[in-house]
Amino acid sequence: MEIVYKKPSNLSETQPNNFCPGCMHSTAWKLIGEVLDEMELTEKCVWIAGVGCVANAHRYIELDQFNQPHGRACAGASAFKRCNPDTFLFTYQGDGDLAAIGLGETISAANRGDNFTVIFINNGIYGMTGGQMAPTTLIGSKTTTTPFGRTAGEHGYPIHMCELLNTLQAPSYIARCTTADVPNVRKTKNCIRKAFQNQLDGKGFSFVEIISNCPTNWGMTPLESLDYIHDVVLKEFELGEFRCR
Amino acid sequence: MAKGKVEIDAEACKSCLFCIKTCPKNVLDITDAVNSKGYQYVVPVNAEECIGCAMCATICPDAAITVYR
Repeated sequence: MEIVYKKPSNLSETQPNNFCPGCMHSTAWKLIGEVLDEMELTEKCVWIAGVGCVANAHRYIELDQFNQPHGRACAGASAFKRCNPDTFLFTYQGDGDLAAIGLGETISAANRGDNFTVIFINNGIYGMTGGQMAPTTLIGSKTTTTPFGRTAGEHGYPIHMCELLNTLQAPSYIARCTTADVPNVRKTKNCIRKAFQNQLDGKGFSFVEIISNCPTNWGMTPLESLDYIHDVVLKEFELGEFRCR
Repeated sequence: MAKGKVEIDAEACKSCLFCIKTCPKNVLDITDAVNSKGYQYVVPVNAEECIGCAMCATICPDAAITVYR
Protein backbone atom coordinates (compact mmCIF):
# COMPACT_ATOMS: atom_id res chain seq x y z
CA MET A 1 0.00 0.00 0.00
CA GLU A 2 1.09 3.55 -0.72
CA ILE A 3 0.93 6.49 1.66
CA VAL A 4 -2.02 8.75 0.77
CA TYR A 5 -1.67 11.14 3.68
CA LYS A 6 1.12 11.88 6.12
CA LYS A 7 2.15 14.69 8.44
CA PRO A 8 3.85 17.64 6.67
CA SER A 9 7.63 17.77 7.11
CA ASN A 10 7.68 21.23 8.70
CA LEU A 11 5.59 20.25 11.75
CA SER A 12 7.80 19.07 14.59
CA GLU A 13 7.99 15.36 15.47
CA THR A 14 9.49 16.00 18.90
CA GLN A 15 7.95 19.25 20.18
CA PRO A 16 4.37 19.08 21.46
CA ASN A 17 1.49 20.79 19.68
CA ASN A 18 0.19 22.99 22.50
CA PHE A 19 -3.14 24.02 20.97
CA CYS A 20 -6.31 22.85 22.73
CA PRO A 21 -8.13 19.70 21.55
CA GLY A 22 -10.15 20.44 18.42
CA CYS A 23 -8.59 23.90 17.91
CA MET A 24 -8.48 24.80 14.23
CA HIS A 25 -5.24 26.73 14.63
CA SER A 26 -3.70 23.27 14.31
CA THR A 27 -5.70 22.54 11.15
CA ALA A 28 -4.61 25.84 9.63
CA TRP A 29 -0.96 25.09 10.41
CA LYS A 30 -1.28 21.63 8.97
CA LEU A 31 -2.65 23.09 5.71
CA ILE A 32 0.06 25.76 5.55
CA GLY A 33 2.67 23.02 6.11
CA GLU A 34 1.20 20.88 3.32
CA VAL A 35 1.11 23.78 0.85
CA LEU A 36 4.68 24.84 1.69
CA ASP A 37 5.83 21.24 1.19
CA GLU A 38 4.03 20.90 -2.14
CA MET A 39 5.33 24.24 -3.43
CA GLU A 40 8.85 23.47 -2.09
CA LEU A 41 8.96 26.73 -0.14
CA THR A 42 9.89 25.34 3.28
CA GLU A 43 13.57 26.30 2.97
CA LYS A 44 13.05 29.88 1.74
CA CYS A 45 10.08 30.72 3.94
CA VAL A 46 9.86 33.10 6.93
CA TRP A 47 6.72 33.63 8.94
CA ILE A 48 5.85 36.44 11.31
CA ALA A 49 3.76 35.76 14.38
CA GLY A 50 1.21 38.05 15.88
CA VAL A 51 0.27 37.74 19.54
CA GLY A 52 -2.15 35.42 21.28
CA CYS A 53 -2.64 31.70 20.76
CA VAL A 54 -0.31 31.92 17.75
CA ALA A 55 2.52 31.72 20.30
CA ASN A 56 1.68 28.05 20.83
CA ALA A 57 3.03 27.38 17.34
CA HIS A 58 6.57 28.72 17.86
CA ARG A 59 8.25 25.44 18.70
CA TYR A 60 5.82 23.15 16.89
CA ILE A 61 6.39 24.80 13.49
CA GLU A 62 9.87 24.22 12.11
CA LEU A 63 10.15 27.31 9.94
CA ASP A 64 12.20 30.48 10.28
CA GLN A 65 10.14 32.97 12.24
CA PHE A 66 10.08 36.14 14.25
CA ASN A 67 7.58 37.83 16.47
CA GLN A 68 6.26 41.37 16.24
CA PRO A 69 4.76 43.42 19.09
CA HIS A 70 1.01 43.37 19.50
CA GLY A 71 -0.73 43.93 16.18
CA ARG A 72 2.37 45.02 14.27
CA ALA A 73 2.97 41.87 12.22
CA CYS A 74 1.96 43.55 8.94
CA ALA A 75 4.21 46.54 9.64
CA GLY A 76 7.16 44.23 10.35
CA ALA A 77 6.33 42.17 7.29
CA SER A 78 6.33 45.25 5.06
CA ALA A 79 9.79 46.21 6.30
CA PHE A 80 11.16 42.67 6.04
CA LYS A 81 9.82 42.12 2.54
CA ARG A 82 11.21 45.41 1.27
CA CYS A 83 14.67 44.56 2.65
CA ASN A 84 14.53 40.91 1.51
CA PRO A 85 12.32 40.78 -1.58
CA ASP A 86 13.44 37.22 -2.45
CA THR A 87 12.25 35.73 0.84
CA PHE A 88 8.88 34.06 0.88
CA LEU A 89 6.98 35.70 3.73
CA PHE A 90 3.64 35.29 5.44
CA THR A 91 2.13 36.58 8.66
CA TYR A 92 -0.15 34.49 10.84
CA GLN A 93 -2.49 36.50 13.04
CA GLY A 94 -5.65 36.10 15.07
CA ASP A 95 -8.62 38.42 15.23
CA GLY A 96 -7.55 40.18 18.42
CA ASP A 97 -4.20 40.91 16.81
CA LEU A 98 -5.11 41.76 13.22
CA ALA A 99 -8.60 43.25 13.59
CA ALA A 100 -8.25 45.07 16.91
CA ILE A 101 -4.86 46.49 17.91
CA GLY A 102 -3.32 45.96 14.46
CA LEU A 103 -6.17 47.30 12.34
CA GLY A 104 -4.21 50.35 11.23
CA GLU A 105 -1.10 48.38 10.28
CA THR A 106 -3.14 45.78 8.40
CA ILE A 107 -5.09 48.29 6.33
CA SER A 108 -1.99 50.39 5.64
CA ALA A 109 -0.03 47.36 4.43
CA ALA A 110 -2.96 46.24 2.27
CA ASN A 111 -3.34 49.73 0.85
CA ARG A 112 0.35 49.84 -0.07
CA GLY A 113 -0.03 46.43 -1.69
CA ASP A 114 3.10 45.06 -0.06
CA ASN A 115 3.95 41.68 -1.54
CA PHE A 116 3.32 39.22 1.28
CA THR A 117 0.53 36.93 2.47
CA VAL A 118 -1.62 37.30 5.59
CA ILE A 119 -3.28 34.26 7.15
CA PHE A 120 -6.02 35.56 9.44
CA ILE A 121 -7.61 33.21 11.97
CA ASN A 122 -11.06 34.47 12.95
CA ASN A 123 -12.60 32.67 15.91
CA GLY A 124 -14.55 35.64 17.27
CA ILE A 125 -12.90 35.72 20.69
CA TYR A 126 -9.61 36.44 22.46
CA GLY A 127 -8.40 32.92 23.15
CA MET A 128 -5.07 33.24 24.98
CA THR A 129 -6.13 35.98 27.40
CA GLY A 130 -9.23 34.18 28.64
CA GLY A 131 -12.18 34.71 26.31
CA GLN A 132 -12.71 38.48 26.07
CA MET A 133 -14.77 40.10 23.31
CA ALA A 134 -12.99 40.58 19.99
CA PRO A 135 -14.01 42.99 17.20
CA THR A 136 -15.33 39.94 15.31
CA THR A 137 -17.47 38.58 18.17
CA LEU A 138 -21.05 38.00 17.03
CA ILE A 139 -23.96 40.08 18.32
CA GLY A 140 -25.45 38.28 21.34
CA SER A 141 -22.30 36.23 22.12
CA LYS A 142 -21.45 35.98 25.80
CA THR A 143 -17.77 36.52 26.62
CA THR A 144 -15.99 37.45 29.85
CA THR A 145 -16.18 41.17 28.95
CA THR A 146 -19.76 40.96 27.58
CA PRO A 147 -21.39 38.71 30.19
CA PHE A 148 -24.92 39.61 28.99
CA GLY A 149 -24.05 39.20 25.32
CA ARG A 150 -22.59 41.64 22.80
CA THR A 151 -25.02 44.42 21.88
CA ALA A 152 -24.71 46.71 18.87
CA GLY A 153 -25.56 49.80 20.90
CA GLU A 154 -22.84 49.28 23.46
CA HIS A 155 -20.11 47.39 21.58
CA GLY A 156 -20.76 47.95 17.88
CA TYR A 157 -21.06 45.34 15.13
CA PRO A 158 -18.63 42.56 14.18
CA ILE A 159 -15.91 43.67 11.74
CA HIS A 160 -15.83 41.92 8.35
CA MET A 161 -12.18 42.17 7.38
CA CYS A 162 -12.51 40.70 3.87
CA GLU A 163 -15.25 43.14 2.88
CA LEU A 164 -13.28 45.99 4.45
CA LEU A 165 -10.08 45.20 2.53
CA ASN A 166 -12.08 44.60 -0.65
CA THR A 167 -12.77 48.33 -0.81
CA LEU A 168 -9.03 49.00 -1.36
CA GLN A 169 -7.36 49.06 -4.77
CA ALA A 170 -4.09 47.28 -4.06
CA PRO A 171 -4.78 43.78 -2.59
CA SER A 172 -4.48 41.00 -5.18
CA TYR A 173 -6.22 38.15 -3.38
CA ILE A 174 -8.92 38.20 -0.67
CA ALA A 175 -10.77 35.09 0.43
CA ARG A 176 -12.72 33.82 3.41
CA CYS A 177 -12.90 30.10 4.11
CA THR A 178 -13.37 27.73 7.03
CA THR A 179 -11.94 24.43 8.22
CA ALA A 180 -15.13 23.12 9.83
CA ASP A 181 -15.61 20.14 7.49
CA VAL A 182 -13.64 18.11 4.95
CA PRO A 183 -14.78 19.87 1.72
CA ASN A 184 -14.07 23.25 3.30
CA VAL A 185 -10.65 22.09 4.54
CA ARG A 186 -9.78 21.25 0.93
CA LYS A 187 -11.12 24.62 -0.30
CA THR A 188 -9.09 26.38 2.38
CA LYS A 189 -5.96 24.62 1.20
CA ASN A 190 -6.64 25.82 -2.35
CA CYS A 191 -7.12 29.39 -1.10
CA ILE A 192 -3.81 29.28 0.77
CA ARG A 193 -2.09 27.90 -2.32
CA LYS A 194 -3.50 30.68 -4.52
CA ALA A 195 -2.48 33.34 -2.01
CA PHE A 196 1.07 31.96 -1.85
CA GLN A 197 1.24 31.73 -5.65
CA ASN A 198 0.17 35.38 -5.91
CA GLN A 199 3.08 36.35 -3.74
CA LEU A 200 5.51 34.28 -5.83
CA ASP A 201 4.13 36.00 -8.95
CA GLY A 202 4.72 39.39 -7.32
CA LYS A 203 1.09 40.45 -7.52
CA GLY A 204 1.01 42.08 -4.08
CA PHE A 205 -0.90 41.79 -0.83
CA SER A 206 -2.90 38.56 -0.41
CA PHE A 207 -5.25 37.83 2.46
CA VAL A 208 -6.88 34.57 3.58
CA GLU A 209 -9.38 34.67 6.45
CA ILE A 210 -10.08 31.30 8.06
CA ILE A 211 -13.23 31.01 10.18
CA SER A 212 -12.06 28.98 13.15
CA ASN A 213 -13.33 27.81 16.51
CA CYS A 214 -12.36 28.15 20.17
CA PRO A 215 -14.00 25.25 22.03
CA THR A 216 -12.33 26.23 25.31
CA ASN A 217 -13.61 29.81 25.46
CA TRP A 218 -16.87 29.18 23.62
CA GLY A 219 -17.62 26.65 26.38
CA MET A 220 -18.33 23.81 23.98
CA THR A 221 -16.98 20.40 23.06
CA PRO A 222 -15.00 20.39 19.79
CA LEU A 223 -17.89 18.67 17.97
CA GLU A 224 -20.42 21.23 19.25
CA SER A 225 -18.14 24.02 18.03
CA LEU A 226 -18.28 22.60 14.47
CA ASP A 227 -22.09 22.74 14.55
CA TYR A 228 -21.96 26.28 15.97
CA ILE A 229 -19.77 27.42 13.07
CA HIS A 230 -22.20 25.98 10.52
CA ASP A 231 -25.39 27.08 12.25
CA VAL A 232 -24.43 30.52 13.56
CA VAL A 233 -21.01 31.89 12.54
CA LEU A 234 -21.29 31.25 8.79
CA LYS A 235 -24.66 33.07 8.75
CA GLU A 236 -22.75 36.24 9.71
CA PHE A 237 -19.50 35.66 7.81
CA GLU A 238 -20.12 34.68 4.19
CA LEU A 239 -17.53 32.36 2.63
CA GLY A 240 -15.97 32.89 -0.76
CA GLU A 241 -13.26 34.52 -2.87
CA PHE A 242 -13.79 38.24 -2.82
CA ARG A 243 -10.96 39.06 -5.19
CA CYS A 244 -8.57 36.99 -7.28
CA ARG A 245 -6.22 38.69 -9.71
CA MET B 1 -8.80 -7.58 2.70
CA ALA B 2 -9.20 -3.92 3.58
CA LYS B 3 -8.61 -1.38 0.79
CA GLY B 4 -6.99 1.09 3.13
CA LYS B 5 -5.15 1.33 6.42
CA VAL B 6 -4.92 4.07 9.05
CA GLU B 7 -2.11 4.49 11.57
CA ILE B 8 -2.84 6.78 14.51
CA ASP B 9 -0.10 8.43 16.56
CA ALA B 10 -1.64 7.84 20.00
CA GLU B 11 0.58 10.47 21.68
CA ALA B 12 -0.49 13.20 19.22
CA CYS B 13 -4.22 12.44 19.53
CA LYS B 14 -6.22 14.89 21.67
CA SER B 15 -9.57 13.11 21.50
CA CYS B 16 -11.45 15.90 19.67
CA LEU B 17 -13.42 13.13 17.86
CA PHE B 18 -13.54 15.00 14.52
CA CYS B 19 -12.26 11.87 12.74
CA ILE B 20 -14.91 9.60 14.26
CA LYS B 21 -17.67 11.96 13.10
CA THR B 22 -16.11 12.29 9.63
CA CYS B 23 -15.31 8.63 8.80
CA PRO B 24 -17.93 7.34 6.31
CA LYS B 25 -17.33 3.68 7.24
CA ASN B 26 -17.32 3.99 11.06
CA VAL B 27 -13.79 2.60 11.24
CA LEU B 28 -12.65 4.72 14.18
CA ASP B 29 -13.68 4.90 17.82
CA ILE B 30 -12.25 5.68 21.24
CA THR B 31 -11.52 3.04 23.85
CA ASP B 32 -10.74 3.21 27.57
CA ALA B 33 -7.00 3.50 26.87
CA VAL B 34 -5.39 6.91 27.53
CA ASN B 35 -2.11 8.43 26.33
CA SER B 36 0.51 10.17 28.48
CA LYS B 37 -1.42 13.47 28.37
CA GLY B 38 -4.59 11.77 29.62
CA TYR B 39 -6.59 11.85 26.38
CA GLN B 40 -8.66 8.82 25.33
CA TYR B 41 -7.02 8.34 21.95
CA VAL B 42 -8.74 7.08 18.82
CA VAL B 43 -8.10 3.57 17.47
CA PRO B 44 -9.29 1.83 14.27
CA VAL B 45 -11.83 -0.62 15.71
CA ASN B 46 -13.21 -1.75 12.31
CA ALA B 47 -9.91 -1.70 10.43
CA GLU B 48 -11.11 -4.14 7.75
CA GLU B 49 -13.80 -1.61 6.66
CA CYS B 50 -11.25 1.14 5.84
CA ILE B 51 -11.27 2.34 2.22
CA GLY B 52 -8.31 4.72 2.57
CA CYS B 53 -10.30 7.88 1.69
CA ALA B 54 -8.13 9.98 4.08
CA MET B 55 -11.06 12.11 5.25
CA CYS B 56 -10.13 11.43 8.87
CA ALA B 57 -6.58 12.62 8.22
CA THR B 58 -7.82 15.70 6.35
CA ILE B 59 -9.97 16.88 9.27
CA CYS B 60 -7.52 15.85 12.07
CA PRO B 61 -6.12 19.12 13.50
CA ASP B 62 -3.08 17.43 15.00
CA ALA B 63 -1.93 15.53 11.90
CA ALA B 64 -1.96 12.37 14.01
CA ILE B 65 -3.24 10.07 11.25
CA THR B 66 -1.25 8.47 8.44
CA VAL B 67 -3.32 6.84 5.69
CA TYR B 68 -2.30 4.07 3.27
CA ARG B 69 -4.21 2.76 0.28
